Amino acid sequence: MSKKVIYGLFDDEEILLKSAKDMVSKGVRIKDVFSPFPIHGIDPVIGVPRTRLAIGAFVYGATGLSLAWLMMGYMLIMDWPMDIGGKPSQFFYMNLPAFVPVSFEMTVFCAAHGMALTYLIVNRLYPGQQPHNPDNRTTDDKFMVQINTGDNKKTAEEIKSMLSSTGAIEITEKEA
Amino acid sequence: MASHEAHIREPLIIGKKDYHQVTEDITYPIAGKANKYWWMAFTVSFITMLWGVGCLAYTVGTGIGVWGSNKTVGWAWDITNFVWWIGIGHAGTLISAVLLLFRQKWRMSINRSAEAMTIFAVICAALFPVFHMGRVWLAYWVLPLPNQFGSLWVNFNSPLLWDVFAISTYFTVSLVFWYLGLVPDFATVRDKFARMGKPLQQKIYNGLSFGWSGSARQWHRFEELSLVLAGLSTPLVLSVHTIVSMDFATSVIPGWHTTIFPPYFVAGAIFSGFAMVLTLMLIARKTLNLEHYITVNHVESMNKIIILTGSIVGVAYLTELFISWYSGVEYEQYAFLNRASGPYWWAYWSMMTCNVITPQLFWIKKIRRSFTATFIISIFVNIGMWFERFVIIVTSLHRDYLPSSWVMFHPTFVDIGIFVGTLGIFFTMFLLFCRTFPVIAMAELKSILKSSGDKYKK
Repeated sequence: MSKKVIYGLFDDEEILLKSAKDMVSKGVRIKDVFSPFPIHGIDPVIGVPRTRLAIGAFVYGATGLSLAWLMMGYMLIMDWPMDIGGKPSQFFYMNLPAFVPVSFEMTVFCAAHGMALTYLIVNRLYPGQQPHNPDNRTTDDKFMVQINTGDNKKTAEEIKSMLSSTGAIEITEKEA
Repeated sequence: MASHEAHIREPLIIGKKDYHQVTEDITYPIAGKANKYWWMAFTVSFITMLWGVGCLAYTVGTGIGVWGSNKTVGWAWDITNFVWWIGIGHAGTLISAVLLLFRQKWRMSINRSAEAMTIFAVICAALFPVFHMGRVWLAYWVLPLPNQFGSLWVNFNSPLLWDVFAISTYFTVSLVFWYLGLVPDFATVRDKFARMGKPLQQKIYNGLSFGWSGSARQWHRFEELSLVLAGLSTPLVLSVHTIVSMDFATSVIPGWHTTIFPPYFVAGAIFSGFAMVLTLMLIARKTLNLEHYITVNHVESMNKIIILTGSIVGVAYLTELFISWYSGVEYEQYAFLNRASGPYWWAYWSMMTCNVITPQLFWIKKIRRSFTATFIISIFVNIGMWFERFVIIVTSLHRDYLPSSWVMFHPTFVDIGIFVGTLGIFFTMFLLFCRTFPVIAMAELKSILKSSGDKYKK
């Protein structure tokens, strides 16, 4: 049996969510869902694992803070201590209050940009990338389910009839 | 439709809108042609911008002696304008980050353009300290670079250096937050051009959209990113104006050396930022046919924030006066007496009228739900907040410790030209943004259409 990709188009996200739940409960594996906005509740149904981006942001933030302290400690305490307005410059901890703003800004800078870059990499977004949404109406007002027959025990015909009985308005298939 | 929201709450989007209609309405200015009002506004802004660029070139060519600043009043219009623009730049991130964390759905109609405004305002703001350096080509000296040009490292004890870090972080993080939110909407524009059969525009917007396809995994990460960036931007936005206020508060000048400055400046920044958002939105909703998306409810919500922050600013003015009397320091007392009754009394009382009295009119429901009244008051607040910075900076400086160095400040045509020029830069960029970018976050708006749209709310 040749492998096929089946697309079911819906015009409402709530019908799609119900349909997806129904099919998954009957053992169908859904490859992906394309939508013009995030459909809340779809991730656990189709098995999208929780992203670790937030953990990444924390690590980048901690890196930013360490870099800030290394930089200021090296420049103003170790390399060339300067007596500015009588502020203590001999020990890092004594000068620390004046270092708070830059430490904070560097933390946020590294956390935000590190996270944003990671996001672009894992989502494979860059200028020149070609879009993968199978139908260009899915960025406007339509919602699409993608099912690969290769992932499933059910035949293409069975999947198509399940889609149409749960409310898909258009069903298309193509060779994988 | 099922929703956790009270049915009694008024809809945020009026008219019979479905998802497709939202796409059509928001992409209409991008796909269509500009009308003559747009061209008129663009021409005026562009010429103003060129005038400002000319004045900047004159400043660089001749030196900052062409400004009205003098030995006593070393900071004048330049820093006034810098603080004014940075303050305006606070509303965008506040709307998109703080209101996201508070789950205020009304932010979705205005966050995109408010963030754009933030970015353009910060660009205008950054011009002033950079050109105030005089030798603009040495601006990179503010960076902590290994060097052989004098004092060895930058001074991390100085609030002026904190500003460099705060503003560059604020600008780049706001830009990234704004752009990554735009990516899915650029994909919507791209696919609309594809359906219209315009391959060139489709290609351009695909480049801008980074090839976004809107799969469940992409959306999942998108939502996580938005939430964490909002969490990071919230303290960031508060830190930026705090640090700007420390430029003054850590000095020993009477009138500047005040511990109330950080919260007072942050409230003032939000106050002026919301006023500028209102000014722009009330024009944009008319000219871009967004009346169904930016409704009287949005305006009322923003006006409530204006009353709150305006009142905080008013209380801060009174606290400053009280503390200067209570401190028993005669220099401090004189600084405030001079503000209210000295040669710059008109600036002080313009500030008081515009910032303290006019926003109180919003306690009257009819006024805060009136577009005309809101527009007029928002202009008053913009003017008042400019005067606030002028009063703080110039009236504190112009009467020095030595009466022999007491002077007045008179702006030259260059001072005025650069200030008006930045208004030109700001409006030129905003007008271009209105024609080429989706001015409302379509994806976000579609996600609340069922709970907050007129059609679905029954």
